Amino acid sequence: MRANYGYADGSGEYFITVDTDACDGCGDCARACPKGIFEIAPDDYDEPKARVKDEHAKTLGAVCPGWHAACAAHTGPNCHTACARSAIAHSW
Amino acid sequence: MITLGVDIGSLTGKALILKDNEILAWDMTLTGPDSVETGTAVTNGALAKAGLELEDMDLVVSTGYGRIVIPFAHKNVSEITCHAKGANWFFPSARTILDMGGQDCKAIRCDAAGKVTDFAMNDKCAAGAGRSMGIMAELVGVPLADLGGLSLQAQGAGVPISSVCVVFARSEVLAYLRGGVSKGDILAGACEALASRVRGLLKRVGTAPDFVISGGIAKNVGVVRRLEESLGMKASICFEPQIVGALGAAIFGRELLAKRAAAAAGKGAAR
Repeated sequence: MRANYGYADGSGEYFITVDTDACDGCGDCARACPKGIFEIAPDDYDEPKARVKDEHAKTLGAVCPGWHAACAAHTGPNCHTACARSAIAHSW
Repeated sequence: MITLGVDIGSLTGKALILKDNEILAWDMTLTGPDSVETGTAVTNGALAKAGLELEDMDLVVSTGYGRIVIPFAHKNVSEITCHAKGANWFFPSARTILDMGGQDCKAIRCDAAGKVTDFAMNDKCAAGAGRSMGIMAELVGVPLADLGGLSLQAQGAGVPISSVCVVFARSEVLAYLRGGVSKGDILAGACEALASRVRGLLKRVGTAPDFVISGGIAKNVGVVRRLEESLGMKASICFEPQIVGALGAAIFGRELLAKRAAAAAGKGAAR
């Protein structure tokens, strides 16, 4: 399942997509994200999966600087480089 | 096998009893300030209609906004999973589901088995949801049930309502009312504004036939027609679109019991 967390508003589209078929719930993304956006929680079938914390889903554009907009150019730890299964994508 | 699905939404609570693959009874009530009370009341309503007791239920699954607090639920499941299962039950060919509830909208893609493959949700605020339609109906002074039909009587596309926020949209509508704009034209604008917000969500997950709409706004012909026109697809809507989530929860319960039984049988065979 592709789980899209986020929203679109007047300023742009802010979605983080977690591919839950690829995600094995290892938690590397949660540890790597400098903003602490991710958590590992059981899904409806009780399998641990990465998800965007509820408190951040509605303010993603303000909390996460974005992969294409910022993190892609950085060498520091982030969710994309931490995920060995390439399960995380950003819309911005 | 009898399972109960309880869906506590932001505006209405729904309970549905499923026996094997047959809907025995369902009930719906407005969600009060106390989700536990709402869940209990709506469950008792459905049980009374079916002539059953809570003890007769093999499993109770809760879903919706208030799903975590239902004390008699054995399991709580997200609305997304439930709406996909419920829509798949009514329309096995459903691949795109739009659930438009009181407080949020969800665009869901699912496979032939009713398993979610893609979803996006608008829960940033209630602007693109049922509550905003309720406010518009109150402002214009028409019953909510008549709003959609009236909006289709508009001359052309209606007046634009540009504010995303319901509070600001309210001011816009008041200005139109003072300016003598017809109710139909205003409601057409309101329906179009809601439809356009939902189109963004659908764009994110993509659309494929068949297209199903669930939730209270499925009863609003003004929004449904506008979505159908822009997508070029007819929407499938079941006889009571507000029970799709509760039905999905009951189906989830049935599948969970079957899975447990299969696991227990497997263990028995291994021994």
